[in-house]
Amino acid sequence: MMIKLTNSFRAAIVCLGLALAPAAFAASASDWPMDTMTPNLQDQPSLQNGWRLYMNYCIGCHSLEHQRYERTADDLGVPYDVALDQLVFTGQKIGEQMTTAMDPTMAKNWFGAPPPDLTMVTRVRGEEWLFNYLRTFYLDESRPLGANNKVFPNVGMPNVLEELQGVQSSACIQMPKIAANGGEMRDPLIPGQAITEERCGQLVVQEGTGTMTPEEFDQAVYDLTNFLYYVGEPSRLERHRIGVYVILFLVILYIITFLLGREFTKDVKH
Amino acid sequence: MAENNSPNRPDKGLMGMLNWFDDRFPLMETWNYHMARYWAPKNFNFWYYFGVLSMVVLVIQLLTGLWLTMSYVPSGAGAFASVEYIMRDVEYGWLLRYLHSTGASAFFVVVYLHMFRGMMYGSYRKPRELLWLVGMAIFIALMAEGFFGYLLPWGNMSFWAAQVIISLVGAIPVIGPDLMEWVRGDFLISEITLNRFFALHVIALPLVLIILVFVHIIALHHVGSNNPDGVEIKKNKDANGIPLDGIPFHPYYTIGHDLPAIVLFLILFCLVVFFAPEMGGYFIEKPNFEPANPLKTPEHIVPVWYYTPFYAMLRAATYPLFGIPAKFWGFLVMAGAIAVPAVLPWLDRSPVKSIRYKGMISKVMLGLFLISFFVLGYLGTIPPSPFATLMAQVGTAVYFAYFVLMPWYTRVEKTKPVPDRVTT
Repeated sequence: MMIKLTNSFRAAIVCLGLALAPAAFAASASDWPMDTMTPNLQDQPSLQNGWRLYMNYCIGCHSLEHQRYERTADDLGVPYDVALDQLVFTGQKIGEQMTTAMDPTMAKNWFGAPPPDLTMVTRVRGEEWLFNYLRTFYLDESRPLGANNKVFPNVGMPNVLEELQGVQSSACIQMPKIAANGGEMRDPLIPGQAITEERCGQLVVQEGTGTMTPEEFDQAVYDLTNFLYYVGEPSRLERHRIGVYVILFLVILYIITFLLGREFTKDVKH
Repeated sequence: MAENNSPNRPDKGLMGMLNWFDDRFPLMETWNYHMARYWAPKNFNFWYYFGVLSMVVLVIQLLTGLWLTMSYVPSGAGAFASVEYIMRDVEYGWLLRYLHSTGASAFFVVVYLHMFRGMMYGSYRKPRELLWLVGMAIFIALMAEGFFGYLLPWGNMSFWAAQVIISLVGAIPVIGPDLMEWVRGDFLISEITLNRFFALHVIALPLVLIILVFVHIIALHHVGSNNPDGVEIKKNKDANGIPLDGIPFHPYYTIGHDLPAIVLFLILFCLVVFFAPEMGGYFIEKPNFEPANPLKTPEHIVPVWYYTPFYAMLRAATYPLFGIPAKFWGFLVMAGAIAVPAVLPWLDRSPVKSIRYKGMISKVMLGLFLISFFVLGYLGTIPPSPFATLMAQVGTAVYFAYFVLMPWYTRVEKTKPVPDRVTT
């Protein structure tokens, strides 16, 4: 069991504390190179950890209003008492929907728009988008909440996961130069030495400012994204499982009907 | 056609029961007329599956629709949530919903193929003009049914697609704005619009569709089926009045030809339902997983794939003429494109029916028509750009050229001799 209790209402506090200036949610396209993200619904520890992270960092502002605790606990293999004790901080019952405690009217005043429900965020924007979005917040004093995002520029949301990731900023760093054929360029005089060039707008985390290493943080965001991928369509695994049997049945039925049909069409003289 | 006065007529058991019914209802007569003694040409090919498959999909849609209606809430506040309730909390609700959403796309796949079959083999020609017109009415009713149904999930694309299409009414000169308000029942698309679309989707149009399909089959069985050769099998009958090239529809086509095809179709259908119900955003569009929001326009508004050829033609009209906005001309072009196949029976002047015996120009024109339909279908899914608009204009011209030039090219071209009997 991967469920552990962390700071309750963390997300709500972060949201309330930082959200003093209204900021509009302005969607604009970004050309940030996306890392791939392949969800794995069989990985229950990952989904459980994702749920834990969601309940600690996200649900303070973002509801999952179409999804129920009970269904989630069943699908993720979490006993009800553990779920209610360690994940549900609002005194709700197990059969209830995963709503947020935040008042949407006040949220609109704080952020310019109420934080959206995220039940189907991976179905609207895709799991890859979410995985990259959550990892590309960076320090930007020009923004009302002090943070900006590479994937969703000028987003109204503050950098909620900063304490885990550490302080990330957008900076100019030396990076291997890429040749025309797509490979990294090497110095012909020093074997193995890469030729570098300065590239700006790259994300750099200040070491020691977060509670997680970059690898741990990537895994945490993977788990969170994996969980939201599950919430987007909780019956996906069941759909695939039943689908296999349905197709097998139909294939056998096809063989039978094909042979039966052939017996009839034999009669037809051309 | 039981012999009512025969002394050997059984009056007990299963046959007795059948006879009891038959004395009171034309049971055997109807069965024989439409199935066991309906003589269908023996040379049906692959293209003749799509009529029966349309009926299979119609049944899928009626049944899944009925069960979806049991849990769907047609209200502005409840519609979107009720669809997610069906997806999560209703037992096998996800299956009902995906069967229905995939069924909508499958309906257009099979209907388009069915219509193309008719165009290839001249199935609209005399004496099947009415049959073709009824079919066109079904097609238009189906487009309306799909349009009304698409609003019901109350997703953001539902809302904006309806917004775009209803706004076309507003482009009609003089009466447009008032008419648009009358169609919506409100100053914008609202719960009132949703409720009337729901009524139209679950009662009015299904009823119209079922009646039209019934009439379509009655008309078909009266004139008889065409075939890939376009030869009238009724011209060559044996001593008993049975067409020499005809075989009983049942069991040769029902079990011999159609049943395996239906199962094969269901395999493909279920592969989509169970493994790719969104079909990469073509069957269920991504913005529709967000609730309808009048303040948030999706990045680009695209109808579902089966409307995109016509949508591309709508957008291809970019010049205002006679002081009337381009949108209205686009609306006319789109409506014209949907309706123009109805006059095919009177445009086709060829001495032969089937493409097999038509001349080269007909074949080229049909090929161009097909290409234009696919290209327009693709263009309708992408955001407008000067090049895409130009392509759409060319595509629209080709699409209409197939119809408008038909009286000319079907008359001047050299056709091949048609055989007396069907070939295999």
